[in-house]
Order: sequence, then C-alpha cells, then structure tokens
Amino acid sequence: MTPALNPISLLFASIFTSNILLANFLGMCSFISISKDMKSSNGLGLAVTMVLTVTTAVNWLILQMLQTLGLVYLRYIVFIIVIAAVVQMLEMIIDRVSQTLYMNLGIFLPLITVNCAILGVSLFMEIRNYSFIQSVVYGLGSGLGWWLAIMALSAIRKKVEKAPVPPGLKGAGITMIIIGFMAMAFIGFGGMLQVQ
Amino acid sequence: MSDVDTRPGAILKNNLWTSNPIFMQVLGICSALAVTNLLTNTAIMTIGVTFVTGFSNLTVSLMKKFMPRKVRMMVQTLIIAFYVIIVDIVLKAYLPEISRNLGPYVGLIITNCIIMGRAEAFAQSNDPIPSLWDGVTSGLGYMGVLMVIAVFRELLGFGTLFGYQILPDAFVPWTIMVMPPSAFFLLGIIIWAGKTAMNREGAPA
Repeated sequence: MTPALNPISLLFASIFTSNILLANFLGMCSFISISKDMKSSNGLGLAVTMVLTVTTAVNWLILQMLQTLGLVYLRYIVFIIVIAAVVQMLEMIIDRVSQTLYMNLGIFLPLITVNCAILGVSLFMEIRNYSFIQSVVYGLGSGLGWWLAIMALSAIRKKVEKAPVPPGLKGAGITMIIIGFMAMAFIGFGGMLQVQ
Repeated sequence: MSDVDTRPGAILKNNLWTSNPIFMQVLGICSALAVTNLLTNTAIMTIGVTFVTGFSNLTVSLMKKFMPRKVRMMVQTLIIAFYVIIVDIVLKAYLPEISRNLGPYVGLIITNCIIMGRAEAFAQSNDPIPSLWDGVTSGLGYMGVLMVIAVFRELLGFGTLFGYQILPDAFVPWTIMVMPPSAFFLLGIIIWAGKTAMNREGAPA
C-alpha cells in the first residue's frame, strides 16, 4: 500500500524535517571529510543530488521487477550495482555535455558509490512503499537536503577553524558537536510537517 | 608483505585503541549512530558488522591473487553485500522484531566505510588468518564505542538498559537522548575524551 502523501509536502519534509543526514545519519563519511572546503562541498552536494534522483527512480523500477520475480532478497546487491552503473554513466554523460562541470564534479562521482545516503534512500523508499512519483521526489528532496546540510556545515567550520578549541576536540570532535547543534535546529522544522 | 605489524596482539591493540575505526579515523558512523538509542539494537547491529568485516576480510584476502586490480572495488562490494544478505536473512528469520527496528540500517552495512576500508588497507596485502582477525577486532573496536554511546542514550533517554528498568520511576527521561542530536554530541564527547587520553599517553594524535 502506497502512503497517501502529497509530493510537494514530501519534498519539503525530505529537505527539512527528515533531513537524510541530520535525522537519519546517512552519508556521514564524505560529509565530514569533504566539508572542510566549501567549493568541494558545493560540487559534492550537486553530484549527490543528481545521483540520488536518478538512482531512486531506476531502483524503484528494478524493485518492481524483483518483486514480480520473487527475488527481493537480492535487492542489496542489485541496488549497489545500479548505483555504481548510474554513477559511471553520469560521469560519461557529464564528460560529453559539459567539460567545466566535469572538471568540478569528476573527482566526486566515484566517491558517491560508497555514500550511504544513496543506498539508504533506496532502502527507505522500499520500506515505506513509495509510488514512483513519491520516490523520485523523495530522492530529489533528500539530495537537496544533503546539499543544504553540507554547505551549512562547511560555512560553520570555516568560522570554527579560527576559534580556540581544546586540542583533543579539534577536527572530528568539534565537527560532531556542530552537527549535533545543526540537527537540533533542523528538529525545529518538525513542527511544520511530519512525514514517516 | 606490508609495513603493517601483523602480530595478533599488535592488531588487537591497534584496532581497539590506537587507530580505533570510530574515534581516530571517524569511519563508518553513517549507519552507526541511528541504531544507538537502544542497547539491544546496537548489540545486534554491531555483531552483524563484526561478522561481515571479519568474513569479508577473509574472503578478500583469499581471493586477492585472482582479483584484477581494476575491478577490485566492485568485487569487494559484492563480497560485502553477500555477507550482509546473510545477516539480513538470519535476522529476519530469528529476530524479526529487531530486524524491523533496524530497518534499512542492516542493508547499509554494505556502505559502511570500515568494512571497505579494512578490505582495502589490510586484507588486500595480508594473509587470510591475520585478515580475519583484523576484521573481527575492527568490528570489536566499533562495537565498543557504539555500546558506550548506546548505554548513555538508553539510560538517560528511557531509564532502562537492555529494556530493563534501571533508574527509579521518579527519573524524568531526557527526550533529547532519544533524538538524533544527542548521538552527535555523545560521539563528539567520546572522540574528545579518546583523543585527550591518547595525547596524554604521548602517542601522536
């Protein structure tokens, strides 16, 4: 059964109230290592948004096929392969279409295959029984939410770099605490709408 | 072979403390933080991760001679996915309740950076048995930190441990501990404590 959800509210919910990163902890690894630099954060955010939208759509179609064949237990392997293939294809397409974009995104695309957010969104889509439109919107919204979060964090980290932080807390420690505050701020959006 | 110390004791100390996957390398926290609000979930999840890390390391190490370098990432991912499917099916069969609670996070063990990281950094260039040991101890290092976080979150958030009432009824649960931000705060504090202790020891942080 597909949940009755307005795609627009789903889009906002996936960006703000149930942000894939701050509420579901997905995509943390690259989030922490890349957010040191704002320009790369922007590039990676764009790449993640693109890949998420495409892979969620493709994985939805594939999942329907697996369900009719009764092979749902194979979904992890199939999803991972789809993600790797989509990333590869996107890389080739971007290379053809726009050289400047390729220069900016090139190094990030391979990183995305192992970004947990991508696989996570596909798995959430499966568990919550989204329809095709809902899945695409959810993928897009999660990507935008991830992008928003990484840009915000890299901007904050720039400021914190100059702050006197205890030596043991430098680097990863203070970053985790900043993310904690960001997560609290995003919980504030929760009053607007709640989507499960 | 490689410049890594492959004696079992050295591997143990390395993975549990000096280069603990979580607080020294900040790896694999993706799927980790989400499950730490209940101790039982955390225990099951980390046992799953330990199992997958150990056996995928063993398999990668056994197959390293036949694996073309170019496609090794893909092959490693498939090996990991294979073990994760086993964990998923076993959980669904014997612990359906917990499997439902963990939801997508079991599948997300595949993209856990620790497993891939150990396969790349250790199993690729070492013999099968040390690789298995390395994987298991990495998993245990990961388990240790997550259990600590889970103890705090469950105790303060629900007043229970493993579902048993510990704190008296008069205790007001801290709702924040159940919500996502507390996981970040606690991990930040644990990283802080770990690094400070290490600096005291004089090891380069």
